[in-house]
Amino acid sequence: MSKLINWFTEGRSSGKYTLPFVILLLGVTVLASAANLLLPQDSALYVSTYSITLLGKYLCYAMLALAVDIIWGYCGILSLGHGAFFALGGYAMGMYLMRQIGDRGVYGHPELPDFMVFLDWQELPWFWLGMDQFWFAMVMAVVVPGLLAFVFGWLAFRSRVTGVYLSIMTQALTYALLLAFFRNEMGFGGNNGLTDFKEILGFDLQADSTRVSLFIATAVILSLVLLASQRILSSRLGKVTLAVRDAEPRTRFIGYRTERYKVWLFVYSAVIAGVAGALYVPQVGIINPGEFSPINSIEIVIWVAVGGRGTLIGAIIGALLVNYAKTRFTAIMPDGWLFALGALFVLVTLFLPKGLMGLYGQLQSKRRQSAEQEVQS
Amino acid sequence: MSALENSLQGLRETFRRDQVWPFLIDKQSKVDVSNQMILYVEGLNLSFDGFKALNDLNLYVNDGELRCLIGANGAGKTTLMDVITGKSKPDAGSVYFGQTHNLLTKDEADIAQLGIGRKFQKPTVFEEQTVFDNLELSLKTDKRVIQTLFARLSPSEIDRIDEVLAIIGLKKHRFMKAGALSHGQKQWLEIGMLLAADPRLLLIDEPVAGMTAQETERTAELLTSLAGERTVIVVEHDMEFVRSIARTVTVLHQGSVLAEGTMDQIQNNKDVIEVYLGEEAAEA
Repeated sequence: MSKLINWFTEGRSSGKYTLPFVILLLGVTVLASAANLLLPQDSALYVSTYSITLLGKYLCYAMLALAVDIIWGYCGILSLGHGAFFALGGYAMGMYLMRQIGDRGVYGHPELPDFMVFLDWQELPWFWLGMDQFWFAMVMAVVVPGLLAFVFGWLAFRSRVTGVYLSIMTQALTYALLLAFFRNEMGFGGNNGLTDFKEILGFDLQADSTRVSLFIATAVILSLVLLASQRILSSRLGKVTLAVRDAEPRTRFIGYRTERYKVWLFVYSAVIAGVAGALYVPQVGIINPGEFSPINSIEIVIWVAVGGRGTLIGAIIGALLVNYAKTRFTAIMPDGWLFALGALFVLVTLFLPKGLMGLYGQLQSKRRQSAEQEVQS
Repeated sequence: MSALENSLQGLRETFRRDQVWPFLIDKQSKVDVSNQMILYVEGLNLSFDGFKALNDLNLYVNDGELRCLIGANGAGKTTLMDVITGKSKPDAGSVYFGQTHNLLTKDEADIAQLGIGRKFQKPTVFEEQTVFDNLELSLKTDKRVIQTLFARLSPSEIDRIDEVLAIIGLKKHRFMKAGALSHGQKQWLEIGMLLAADPRLLLIDEPVAGMTAQETERTAELLTSLAGERTVIVVEHDMEFVRSIARTVTVLHQGSVLAEGTMDQIQNNKDVIEVYLGEEAAEA
C-alpha cells in the first residue's frame, strides 16, 4: 500500500515528460554534432560551426531560464537579478581563459593579461591567483554566485522581504555589480571585459571539434541539471516549495522554517545560473559588464513566462524559442527587438498565463466548456 | 591564590555530578502539565501605534479543555492567537506552554513543532496541491531542509493520513486539488492539517464561518470529540455554535478578559450584557 501510494504521488508530478525530453535533447545534440564533424561542407545536411555555437549559446540561456523558473515558478520569488549570477560564473571562466593566453597577448607579458599591462600593473591581484587552474576556476564559478546568493538571500528572506520589494532589490544587486565591473580598478577588464581567448584545457577554441565538445558538454550538463531539479522538486522539499509559494504563513505555522527553504533554493538556482555562465563564455568568446545589465535579467523572466513558469521544460523551450526569434528578428530589424519582446510579454501575460506549456490544457478546458454548453443547450 | 581557587571552584561547579549540562538537556522535552494547566498567559500588553490591542490580559487554560473565546471586533482575539503562535511579540507579559516552554522566545516554526496548531480565520490550504499532499506536509516529522529533501512516507504515516482523512470526511477527495474543495471542506482540511501534526493545543479561529447548518453541526461534533485528549481554543462569533460546544467561555473586551465562566453565567453577567450581548440585542 505504501509503495503504491509513493508511486502514485511521484507519478502524478509533472515529471513524466522529463525523461523523453532529455532523450530528445541529447538525440538532437548528437545528430547536430555528427552532421558538423562527419559530413562534408557542401552536403545539404551539414550543420555549420556557427550554428553549433549558436545552439550551444541557446542551451546556456535555457539553463539560465531553468534556474529562474525554479525560484520563480516553484517558489514564487521573482528574481530580476539572475543575470548577475550568470555573469559571475562567466567571469570565473573568463579569468581562467585569460590566464591560458599566457604570453600570446598583444603585449606578450608572460603572466599579466593585456588590460593589466595597459593599466601598468606590476603583478596579478590576489583574486586572480589560482585562476590558471581549471578546477579552481570551476569551483569559483559555483562558489561565488552561490555565496552571493546565500548572503543576499539570508539577509532578505530572514527579514521577510517578499514580492515587488525583493524583485527591486535583485535589480539593484545586478545594477550595482554592473557599475562595479565597469571600473578598471576592479581588475576585471573594465568595460571591455575579458576576451581574445585562445584555448581551453589545451584545446584551440576556434577548432570545430572544441566547439562541438562545448556544445555537447552544455547539453549534457543541462540534462543533468534538469533531471536533478525534477527529482528535487518532486520530493517533499518540492511540495514545501509550492506551499511556500501559495501560502507562506500557513507553511510557517505547520512548522517549516520557510526562510531556510527559500535561501537554499535561491542558492541552488544561483549555482545553476553560474554554471550556465561558465559554459556560455568559451562559446561566445567574451564576457563584459553588459551581462550584468538589468534588462538581461528581465529578459530571462520573459523567456520563462513564454514557456510556462512552474514547468521546467517550459522554461527551456521558452528560452530556446525566444532566443531563436531574437536572432532572426535582430537580423531583419535590429531596433525593433525590444518592442517585439515587450509585446510578446504583454500578449503572453494576457492570453497565455501558463505559457506555451499551459496552452494544451487551456485548449482542452475550452473544448470541454463548449461541449458542456452544447449539452446544456 | 584566590584566583586559582576561584577557577578551581568554577571547574568543580561545571563538573558536578548531580546535574546535567544545559546543552545536553533534550530541547524537545515534553510539555510539563503536572499542574493540569497547559497555557499560562500573564500580563500581556501589546499596542499598535498607540492602540492597545492587548491590555494586561491574563488567561489560563486547563489541559484537555475546550475553551471558547468570544468578543466584539477588535477585542484582541486574533492578536492573542498571534502572540501565542509567535507571529507578534508583546510589549510586556509572559506566555508559557506547560510550565517550562516560554513561547515568547520561540518563532512560529518552533512553536508549531512544540505541538501548537493554528487554523486561520480565512481557510488557508495549499490550493495547488492535493488533499493528500496537504496532509503529508502537515505530518509531525523532521522539518529541516535536508531531511525534507530525502523524506519518504512511512506506512505508519500513510495510516495516519488515512485516519485524518476519515475524521474530516475527505476520503473520497484524497487526490483532488485542495483548491477545488468547497469552502466548508477547506475549513475541514485545515483542521485535518492541524490534526495530522498531532498537536497538544489547537487554536481555531472561526471554524464555522460560511458553513451550512449541517456542516456546522458536524464541526461541533468534531471539536468536542477532540477535547480531552487535546486542548482546543475556539474563537467564534456564532453564539449558537458556541453554546453547542462550550463548557467554559472567556469574553474579551478591549484587550483584556471581561468575564469567564459557563455560557449561562456569561449570559447573566452584567458587564457582558452591557458591552457585548447588549450590543447585539440592540442591533436585533
